[in-house]
Amino acid sequence: MGFDKPANPNAIGTLEEALSKINALAVKPSFLIHTGDITHLSKPSEFDDADRIISQARLDVHYVPGEHDVLDEDVKLYRDRYGRGTKGAGWYSFDANGVHFIGLVNVVDLKAGGLGNLGNEQLEWLENDLKGRATSTPIVVFAHIPLWSVYPAWGWETEDAARALDYLKRFGSVTVLNGHIHQIMQKVEGNVTFHTAMSTAFPQPAPGTAPSPGPLKVADDKLRSVLGITDVTFKRGQQRLAIIDEPLQR
Amino acid sequence: MRTIKLGMRVVTALAVAALAAGALASQGAPATDAEVQIDQYAFLPPRIAVKPGTTVTWTNEDDAPHTVASSAKLFKSKALDTGDKFSFTFTTPSTYAYFCSLHPQMTGTVTVEAASGAGAGS
Repeated sequence: MGFDKPANPNAIGTLEEALSKINALAVKPSFLIHTGDITHLSKPSEFDDADRIISQARLDVHYVPGEHDVLDEDVKLYRDRYGRGTKGAGWYSFDANGVHFIGLVNVVDLKAGGLGNLGNEQLEWLENDLKGRATSTPIVVFAHIPLWSVYPAWGWETEDAARALDYLKRFGSVTVLNGHIHQIMQKVEGNVTFHTAMSTAFPQPAPGTAPSPGPLKVADDKLRSVLGITDVTFKRGQQRLAIIDEPLQR
Repeated sequence: MRTIKLGMRVVTALAVAALAAGALASQGAPATDAEVQIDQYAFLPPRIAVKPGTTVTWTNEDDAPHTVASSAKLFKSKALDTGDKFSFTFTTPSTYAYFCSLHPQMTGTVTVEAASGAGAGS
């Protein structure tokens, strides 16, 4: 919310469309996951607009912040709204339908020249959170910046993600969901499947295809084909989650 | 709002400084103000050298918001939306590294040169 540049002057409209798409799904989702960048500039009015539209789904929403949501130094604006029951800058875990979900924060305390960052405190928490869990427990991890190296020159990587993935590697099914890069990419590494998702606001260029990762202006009639939602289905007895990326318009 | 006003004042000062540039150069000492543009996820120019007392103004001309944050936490702008400005006055000779705290791959430096002997080489 709050983005109004040429790449999409009506990000409110496209978020509303995304919610219509969710409401029209044949199978009602158990809940929604928002992988961050709820707002453009962490403004209360932007959070208000997002809450008003997203609440139309009448579903629980599990958030993690993007770097645009933590522009105030102490991350108060985000945590006041979405931080209940979370640790640190907003990380947490929960269980649903036998799946263990973990929301991580890798957008605070970023260092010069660096990438996404989880930090020692969160990594220690993650290690403890996973301790004692059966390796047969399906795990879904979600965070804003990709936890794998997509394109470090544009900061599309989390510098200490290797430690997190090390704690996860003993599990038989791990699915990692990320936002931040506003386009779909997938990667499989051992038992870990990585997925990024489309934005509902504006697309970004494929790595290295533009001078910078800034908002990508596409033809007006193409915009809705590069924005959308991601539908994650838990299929018991199969190795991986089935993921279907759904643009607002095909 | 305050940073924007500050920026405007700096632009005016720059214009005056430019008019007087010839006279100032021969006197050596006074600092002229400096500008850095933020565009395409980069600080332009990424490295600048200035004299003590120089006010550096960053202007975000990008479609994405950025910040100007000192690596040593000496200064930090709020998030600058398109068109927003941030100014900081450098007084002590040193090299000041800074970055965008939202996109930390964006880095730059401001080197404040020693005032003594200014003009000796030029």
